[in-house]
Amino acid sequence: MGLRNKDLLGLKQLTAEEIMEILETAKTMKMVLTSGNKKTSHLQGKSVITLFYENSTRTRLSFELASKYMGSASANISATGSSVAKGESLLDTARTIDMMATDIIIMRHSHSGAPHFIAPHLNASVVNAGDGMNEHPTQALLDMFTIYEKLGTLEGKKVAICGDIYHSRVVRSNAIGMTKLGAQVSIYGPKTMMPVGIEKLGCRVADNVADCVKDCDAVMGLRVQLERQHKSLFPSVAEYSKFYGISPEMLELAKPGALLMHPGPCNHGVELPTAVYDCDQSVINEQVTNGVAVRMAVLYLLMARRNQI
Amino acid sequence: MKIILENATLFTGEKKDIYIEDGKFCDVFDKKDADKTYDISGKTVFPGLVDMHCHLREPGFEYRETILTGSMSAAKGGYTSICPMPNTDPVCDNAAVVSGILKKAKEAGYARVYPIGACSKDLDGKLLSEIGLMKEAGIVAVSDDGKPIATAELLRKVLEYSSDFDIPVLDHCEEKTLSDGCMNEGEVSTCLGLRGIPTAAEDIAIARDIIMAEYLNIPIHLCHVSTKSGVRMVRDAKARGVKVTCETCPHYFTLTDDSCENYDSNFKMHPPLRTKEHVEAIIEGLKDGTIDAIATDHAPHHEDEKCVEFQIANNGIVGFETAFALGYTYLVKPGHITAQRLAELMCYNPSNILKLGRGGLNVGDDADLAVFDLENEFIFDKNKMLTKGRNTPYDGFKLYGETILTIMGGKVTYEKLC
Ligand SMILES: [Zn+2]
Ligand SMILES: [Zn+2]
Repeated sequence: MGLRNKDLLGLKQLTAEEIMEILETAKTMKMVLTSGNKKTSHLQGKSVITLFYENSTRTRLSFELASKYMGSASANISATGSSVAKGESLLDTARTIDMMATDIIIMRHSHSGAPHFIAPHLNASVVNAGDGMNEHPTQALLDMFTIYEKLGTLEGKKVAICGDIYHSRVVRSNAIGMTKLGAQVSIYGPKTMMPVGIEKLGCRVADNVADCVKDCDAVMGLRVQLERQHKSLFPSVAEYSKFYGISPEMLELAKPGALLMHPGPCNHGVELPTAVYDCDQSVINEQVTNGVAVRMAVLYLLMARRNQI
Repeated sequence: MKIILENATLFTGEKKDIYIEDGKFCDVFDKKDADKTYDISGKTVFPGLVDMHCHLREPGFEYRETILTGSMSAAKGGYTSICPMPNTDPVCDNAAVVSGILKKAKEAGYARVYPIGACSKDLDGKLLSEIGLMKEAGIVAVSDDGKPIATAELLRKVLEYSSDFDIPVLDHCEEKTLSDGCMNEGEVSTCLGLRGIPTAAEDIAIARDIIMAEYLNIPIHLCHVSTKSGVRMVRDAKARGVKVTCETCPHYFTLTDDSCENYDSNFKMHPPLRTKEHVEAIIEGLKDGTIDAIATDHAPHHEDEKCVEFQIANNGIVGFETAFALGYTYLVKPGHITAQRLAELMCYNPSNILKLGRGGLNVGDDADLAVFDLENEFIFDKNKMLTKGRNTPYDGFKLYGETILTIMGGKVTYEKLC
């Protein structure tokens, strides 16, 4: 067992078995995380670099804590104020980091395929922390972990995802990953934010929010970027939340006790009313904890593979 | 200079010896008098190919290509006549730049270079460039390629004004407001999370151009057609008598958008690679005469402009050194078209559209020809190209139709060392 590839680029590249191994490992990591003493030594003497070309607070912090809890030497590079801002090419920057005996590079980039582009040129393992509109594998893994932990399996479970599908790397990773584990994923959003041929990823495109969430075991809202209205993708926040938001009435159409999820950060009152965000079914806060556990699992498994070679 | 090609087989199947003297095909002379004699038995002679759409990058972008390296690359592909687009720096929008290009081309001496002038000054889509003066200097057509002719109003004026000078207008068909993407829009772009360019962006522009050509009854030529609807619209327009011609490029009948799956920018160009359905429609258009020409859209780029993230990589691939072999391997070999039709697509039709008078193989005609090996497979190696660009998607492809010899005006411009 273990991971087949040097890098974690996306759910596209993982088999169902690999996904399950990550989720199982994350269970152990969560125990470590919630115990009094968080420290493990799995990454002792190893170096982990986060290379973020896009702003992010939670994903970056989640990765940083994950690697620190496991005892790695780590450093952070942001696109502003480094050689990145001086116009050095992505490949040059990545190669430079690689030459400093780095074990794992965690990269977020606004261009889809950026980690896929650099990974074959590097000795270090590359973890995709979000690339453009393509994938956000650790987010999807933590979403899957949350469902797995709460419901015991993804096999046969129905998951609804509503919102800006076009620009969402979270949707792509979740649709691919959850389908691999046997879940049925329904998606819905304004047609202006629905990419052509998304069914190819294995999900069903619903007719409206009600159709999407009906009888679901888990319902996920997506962050809608408010700037998108300037590109005429939707006319106003009021209209968006009325026709595309997940209201309490809509949530009632899901299975009783269905999980309410959101990858965060949430625009309160837009994709979810505050009453929904804070409802009993909401696992949004727990998702954050699970994120650290899943990232610890990913780092652990990638390092285990490196140590074998 | 006297050259004899012994045991030649023409693309028509005719077998004969070919005699060349003083740059022209000539009558039989004593074999002892030949300066050079080539035995080309088993190989096939085509008229020197004509590329009506390429980018030579000079002046301004010599780090990508020069007129010399571009011409040498063309010669290696069997081309004897090439037509560079005007998106250089400075833009080829005035007679001085045209003359400069012609002077460099003559010094290089590897191909007949027929410059294409800009429709609009500085390619800005606003004011007409000096089409009459550029014609006197040597342009054979006008185009704003790299960009579409910006507005319907400019299109109308360019068509009207150019027709006074009998200068063809070539349009790069793209509705800009729909083309903010980096590959074909479809399942593959969605799966890769890349912004797509819908076929509608090309089709709307093609429709506009056909409507204007029909309304004005003035010819128009459409560059690099890549879509099924585009082919259908051209077919229908031709049937009604609209004076429309069009070209496609080898990548539109050999590759599909799923080749982008590794984010390799050697598969990024405009228009983008489409799906199988469109590839099939392009082949159909090549078969039934809807598509008049195969052009390369040879677009060399520097490594630094291509070895980057897919989204920010420059559009375009090099094409001179693969075009004929791709045409032969993907169109003639499977039986879609004959070798004669390939000669029409790659020589006679582009020559006629631009009124170049090329392709003659009779005594007295300029001795422009290319000899290809149609029998033996070869592996295309990007590192052996003569262009400065290395941006080809065809590295390692097994193809038929390797160039053996190219002669332009009686001068050997390429010879494969055996
Ligand atoms: Zn073009
Ligand atoms: Zn072009």
